[in-house]
Amino acid sequence: MRPHPVFPEAAVLRPRVDPVFDAGRVRCDFPILARPVRGKPLAYLDSAATTQKPRQVVEAMSRFFDQENANVHRGVHFLSEKATAAYEGARERVRRFLNAESAAEIVFVRGTTEALNLVAFTFGKTRVGPGDEVLITAMEHHSNIVPWQMLCADRGAKLVVAPIDDRGVLLLGELEKRIGPRTRLLAVTHVSNALGTVNPLPQIVALAHGRGVPVVVDGAQSAPHLLVDVRQLDCDFYAFSGHKIYGPTGIGVLYGKAEHLEEMPPWQGGGDMIASVTFEKTTYNRAPYKFEAGTPNMAGAVGLAAALDWFDTLPRPAAFAHEAALLDYGTEVLSSVHGLRLIGVAPEKAGVLSFVLEGIHPHDIGTVLDREGVAIRTGHHCAQPLMQRLGLAATARASLGLYNTRGELDALVAGLEKVRRMFA
Amino acid sequence: MSSELDDLYQEVILDHGRRPRNFHDLPDANRKVEGLNPLCGDHFTLYVKLNGDRIEDIAFEGTGCAISKASASLMTASVKGKTVSEAGDLFGRFHALVTQGPDSVSLADLGKLASLSGVCEFPTRVKCASLAWHALKNALEEKKEVVSTE
Repeated sequence: MRPHPVFPEAAVLRPRVDPVFDAGRVRCDFPILARPVRGKPLAYLDSAATTQKPRQVVEAMSRFFDQENANVHRGVHFLSEKATAAYEGARERVRRFLNAESAAEIVFVRGTTEALNLVAFTFGKTRVGPGDEVLITAMEHHSNIVPWQMLCADRGAKLVVAPIDDRGVLLLGELEKRIGPRTRLLAVTHVSNALGTVNPLPQIVALAHGRGVPVVVDGAQSAPHLLVDVRQLDCDFYAFSGHKIYGPTGIGVLYGKAEHLEEMPPWQGGGDMIASVTFEKTTYNRAPYKFEAGTPNMAGAVGLAAALDWFDTLPRPAAFAHEAALLDYGTEVLSSVHGLRLIGVAPEKAGVLSFVLEGIHPHDIGTVLDREGVAIRTGHHCAQPLMQRLGLAATARASLGLYNTRGELDALVAGLEKVRRMFA
Repeated sequence: MSSELDDLYQEVILDHGRRPRNFHDLPDANRKVEGLNPLCGDHFTLYVKLNGDRIEDIAFEGTGCAISKASASLMTASVKGKTVSEAGDLFGRFHALVTQGPDSVSLADLGKLASLSGVCEFPTRVKCASLAWHALKNALEEKKEVVSTE
């Protein structure tokens, strides 16, 4: 809350809000959670795929279109100035969320996938050569595997994979062993989308930086569940998606340290990324504009800023404690289901309950639960190498958001009992 | 439980899902095709022993959901002994059944395959039900590539 402009002390005098997290109140911001699904109350347990959007986000985007829409960075007219201010205001909002040093370190992209591709084909391309190595881990999402694989194929480099144990914990010693003289880059997820494992980033970054290796972090699943401070983490790049943190789809963020962004070549060519163009030569704009060719997703950026504003109105420690308590409760009640095996039992987890039921395919589980109004994800979660490592074709995954309740996890368990009765 | 769910998981389906028929290797097969739905994690190998124009024997192995496994099981049982063109006709009718519903075809002609009629109410599961059939089509046309219905 900003202090009152005339009476700055008003902020001080305002009674402190009790830092208790009220999931019931949070749910009121999400009209979709109140709709019935297939005649049952909805239990939305698929936030790791995409979160629902609070009405504040929808309203902010609607307001932008109704009152401020024009193209950014171009027009001299009133609306263009408004739109530019809204778009650049969103960039500053993201900077504050990540605690980056400068808004110039915030590049707007479509999502985490695009951010990782951008790093691979600009930073990666200039750093990785024939015989070099790119290090990733066994728990990565395809988005943090395939761009590096493409880069390695292009550059004649080698993709090296750090293993995990059966609980889904990254083996730090093994990771360290794989950081060699040819390692040019380490790409790692902060939180596993399929298992929920939280990787110890400070230690990982320290290990890599100790050998002069920059670190790219896939933050798609950590931004909504952990306090992220890129300066404290000291990572070189951090990518996340708006739609997984209560914002709209089609907008995401690449944070990059200024020194990297400045030296990186542009990625796509077009408007906004140039300083001047002649047919003989083009000079590029500075970061972050150098990486934002074409008219950007302005309303998306505004929606993301609104989502972060909404997120910040919550008492964060209490909100995260609510999520952690739900995760504990879910772990406990799922463990009581006969024949159920949790997949991913790392000591440090966030937001994800992956499981298999003996003798029953996850897709059959998903279909039966759907008819009970319970929405979960089934399949390989875009992590096929991880599934192979675990010896599974697929899992069922319930994932949590701040609006979830114990009652929804009870509905999940009741649905699973039905599944068991059907397929027993 | 919803009646649509009962229609999808009829007793015949649950039975074939649990105890699939013709679920084994076929060493004297002269056609072998892989069927894969990577998003689901369904993976079957289909073996066909073709004698001239006739499917003399057919079997499959692999893993998948109850629908894909039951459908593969019912498919093998229903095309065994049939000619290539008879099997093709049956696929056409089966496809209409799972995509357009039971009113689109004569259920009597489909035999036990009619038990998959509930699939049409579950658009995301049509690919499960049709995986084995697409594999059969490729096997009969002697196409080598892996089949996917995703």
